Amino acid sequence: MSWLNDINWDQMFTAFIETIYMSSVSLFFTIIFGLIIGILLFVTNSQGLIVNKFLNKITDLIVNILRAVPFIILMIILIPFTQALVGSMLGASAALPSLIFAASPFYARLCCIAFMEVDKGTIEASKAMGASNWQIITKVLLPESFPALVSGACVTAISLISYTAMAGAIGSGGLGNLAYQYGFVRRNDAILYTATAIITLIVLGLQWLSDYLAAKIDKR
Amino acid sequence: MIELIDIVKTFNTKKSQIKAVRGVNLSINDGEIFGIIGYSGAGKSTLIRIINQLEKQTSGQVIIDGQDISKLDHKELLKSRQKIGMIFQHFNLLWSRTVAQNIEFPLEIAHVEKNIRQEKVKELIKMVGLEGRENAYPSELSGGQKQRVGIARALANDPKILLCDEATSALDPETTDAILQLLAKINKELNITIVMITHQMEVVQKICNRLAVMDDGKIVEQGLVKDIFASPQNSTTKRFIQTINGTDVEKTRQELKKLYPYGQLVRVSFTNNSDEPIIARAIKKCNLEVSIVNAHINHTSSGPLGVTYLHVSDGDDAQYEIFIKALEEKGAKVEIL
Repeated sequence: MSWLNDINWDQMFTAFIETIYMSSVSLFFTIIFGLIIGILLFVTNSQGLIVNKFLNKITDLIVNILRAVPFIILMIILIPFTQALVGSMLGASAALPSLIFAASPFYARLCCIAFMEVDKGTIEASKAMGASNWQIITKVLLPESFPALVSGACVTAISLISYTAMAGAIGSGGLGNLAYQYGFVRRNDAILYTATAIITLIVLGLQWLSDYLAAKIDKR
Repeated sequence: MIELIDIVKTFNTKKSQIKAVRGVNLSINDGEIFGIIGYSGAGKSTLIRIINQLEKQTSGQVIIDGQDISKLDHKELLKSRQKIGMIFQHFNLLWSRTVAQNIEFPLEIAHVEKNIRQEKVKELIKMVGLEGRENAYPSELSGGQKQRVGIARALANDPKILLCDEATSALDPETTDAILQLLAKINKELNITIVMITHQMEVVQKICNRLAVMDDGKIVEQGLVKDIFASPQNSTTKRFIQTINGTDVEKTRQELKKLYPYGQLVRVSFTNNSDEPIIARAIKKCNLEVSIVNAHINHTSSGPLGVTYLHVSDGDDAQYEIFIKALEEKGAKVEIL
């Protein structure tokens, strides 16, 4: 097991924490923004609660544009914005704005799909009971689509983890950065494979958690 | 009282205009069970949704207890909808909530206090006969049980009106009967007005007091269920009634005509429950030879309805007239075929 000596475990642990930090903080904001945009897309569409063609088209366009821009390019475009917001363009925190910008439209789209799956009849029934739009969103739309929202969040989280590895290219830190800078560039296979294995384990764990939660909360 | 005045509803699609409702006038009295029957596409679903304004009419007025509800602002409309319950063909329960939570839902919407809500839910569960299933999820229930939850939910805010949108169409005949009995019980105990749309004549026959037949966006016939069953006028109505007694009036007529080419064929329907031997007495009066060639009974909510086909021969017109008059005097409806 001599190859284990090639690894600086403190460094590996720091990178692991950075990855977890970047993914979880960006996931948190992605869920908030994604839900807001997703609800906006859903309620303003032609069969929605508050039909607004103009707002719907604009939101739709922004979501599509943000999803079309490759993540690596998005990061570069956002450098001035990041510097203004975080004060630096290096380190884990500096990666957050671009991660959130990239993942929110993706999650918004998944939310919208989840809302479309909600039985129209239940929404009609709530209207017939005299529910306000806000009550329909909070008491029908969100709870009824909850399993899909959770598995969507998991898919987004996994994407975010791979984005953090790419964010390593502009010096964000994390396991991906470690695997690239120390494992690949400096030809340290032990670091390359260990970092990759840890990322894989995180992803597998997330997927397992997602499946478990979905089965637990889905009462259909 | 629900009054629909000159209701017109037109849907605009990209290609064309669809006239779903074309000038409907109806008034539904407090405490009655009113049936609206029609084939799919007749506009009945749209019409029932206009009553609680889930669909806004293109023109016309909806007046409930003297108030024009199409003139209410949004907030007032939401409030008034709490007093109009609605149940659906596919139940439309929230699968993420238990039976008790589903029934509690309209009470949450109406901002009722929690302890009052729970009290009310208990009461409703008992009323619809779902004791012991409070914590089950809709996916664990049968169709009939789901509709019971739907009914309990619709009654949570003590509505004055209950709208039923094909409420039994997805249920088997036995369950349909049980649900209809429940609705009849609710109607009696709570004195709630029930408006039901359906394409099943047996549903109307079993519990409705009055009936409107809808075809192509218009009401083509309306009246007491027993009267309409006794002598349907419109061809759509006749088709619906045939589905019940399995006999086609026109076909029966032709067959009987073939069998009895001579003499008179008469269709007599009785709606009143009389013990009098009406036919026998009429025969005595006119001194004709009369034979019963076909007969059946329909059971409606307002009592049984008998239909008898009689064949009369070897008489003159004066005798026929006496015979028919004698029958009509006793409240029978007579139709010469």
